[in-house]
Amino acid sequence: MAFGQTEVLKGISARFERGKTNLIIGQSGAGKTVFLKVLVGLLQPIEGQVLYDGKDVTHLTHKELRTVRMAVGMLFQGSALFDFMTVEENIRFPLDMFTNWTRKEKLDRVNYCLERVNLENVNDKFPSEVSGGMQKRVGIARAIVLKPKFLFCDEPNSGLDPKTSMLIDDLILSITRENDITTVINTHDMNSVMEIGENIILLHNGEIAWQGSAHEVLGSKNDYLQEFIFASPFLQRLRKAALDQGLSDQI
Amino acid sequence: MGLIAERIIFAPSSHSALCSMFAGIVQIFTDFGRWILLMRQAFQRPEKWSMYWKETVRQMYDIGIGSLIIVALISIFMGAVAAIQFAYQLSGQLIPIWYIGYIVRDLAILESAPTITCLVLAGKVGSNMAAELGGMRQKEHIDAMEIMGVNTASYLIMPKLVAAVVVIPLLVYVSAFVAMIGGFLASVPTGVMTASEYTRGLLAFYEPYNVFIMSVKSVVFAFILTAVSTYQGYFVKIGSIELGKASTQAVVVSNILILLADYIIALVMTG
Repeated sequence: MAFGQTEVLKGISARFERGKTNLIIGQSGAGKTVFLKVLVGLLQPIEGQVLYDGKDVTHLTHKELRTVRMAVGMLFQGSALFDFMTVEENIRFPLDMFTNWTRKEKLDRVNYCLERVNLENVNDKFPSEVSGGMQKRVGIARAIVLKPKFLFCDEPNSGLDPKTSMLIDDLILSITRENDITTVINTHDMNSVMEIGENIILLHNGEIAWQGSAHEVLGSKNDYLQEFIFASPFLQRLRKAALDQGLSDQI
Repeated sequence: MGLIAERIIFAPSSHSALCSMFAGIVQIFTDFGRWILLMRQAFQRPEKWSMYWKETVRQMYDIGIGSLIIVALISIFMGAVAAIQFAYQLSGQLIPIWYIGYIVRDLAILESAPTITCLVLAGKVGSNMAAELGGMRQKEHIDAMEIMGVNTASYLIMPKLVAAVVVIPLLVYVSAFVAMIGGFLASVPTGVMTASEYTRGLLAFYEPYNVFIMSVKSVVFAFILTAVSTYQGYFVKIGSIELGKASTQAVVVSNILILLADYIIALVMTG
């Protein structure tokens, strides 16, 4: 994948597993967002394949790609809620566009999705009238309304306080497990990495620098991973103390 | 030293002028190619007709009702100024004064109603469309729709085009009618001529073909201003400056193309 002369992603090969939270991590500019956009088909790679259940989606026509996308839900960094629609209309939009359900069936599904993300009495509010954390939850509700098989999240915790971030992480994790879907999360939030990282891919300069699970992070000898995860002196001291006292497993 | 250095760096040589001219021509062809592809994508079968219809009605309301007052206001003054100025030019001539009604009518039908109205609408409706789509692109709304499986070019552009092509000609008819009222208000109560003289002028030498020309112009101009503005907005880059640029480009390019089309239609239909 390249923009002009700048090669952004180089020789990346990765497999995202169903029923697991797959995390793409890396510094700003490492190529995370580009990688995610290639995965969802918003950007075309110069070479290589993106396989959904074994089907290559890189060279599909617009029409064929739209069929694949019916099985995809995505939560955007800024939520990307349509500001001229209410919360209910936002979540109902994919149902209005792609189903022939009755109004009641749609409303039931919308209310179920809102309940699922722990939101009540916000149906008639506009996105600008709810908080950032609530907007993210509405974004998740919209992403799962068509019961997708693949869920992509671009920086789901950006701009949120630690407590709300954990809430969003828990929500994504439980939705992934409940529905047995393939979830790919693009993040640089270290809480998310350690709490919900079941399959982590660390990108550095457009290449995979490390791959593993949250359990393997502490014990890894990969310098760049350690430098990235434990960037702050406080975390470095904490890690050293944990390793010295043999507490890495508990952490 | 700084100034001298700037002069040296930025002094245009004939070579660089040629290069930038060539780059400009390439850009025009690139834009035209992308526009053709966008329009091809925009005119594909909708995913769901009812959703497109709903959006078309919303656009019709925004374009039609939203522009009615400004169109009426401009038209009344266009008619009034035309009547007053022709009265001044014809004073002391052998041409009868009731000709003013005839001139105001044909001026409104053939030129001022379709062209001036659409130039104004390019500024009001066109820049609004470019800013709306550009904002949606920057806030990832378009990407979000794409991921859902929506043909965004079609859903976001086709209803605007259909609405504009239906509603703008209606606004142009209103404009022509109001311009004639403006001419009446400027010339009859002020004593330039009597009401019967003005009415005689309005009814004289009536040519229905002129109304047909006005209709053709309004449909073509409506298509131009919508297609250009939506293209500028749809492909906007990141940043508020880019959004402003797209909005301005939408108005400037629409205006140039409307004037060019005006000339071509006049040449073909009246030549």
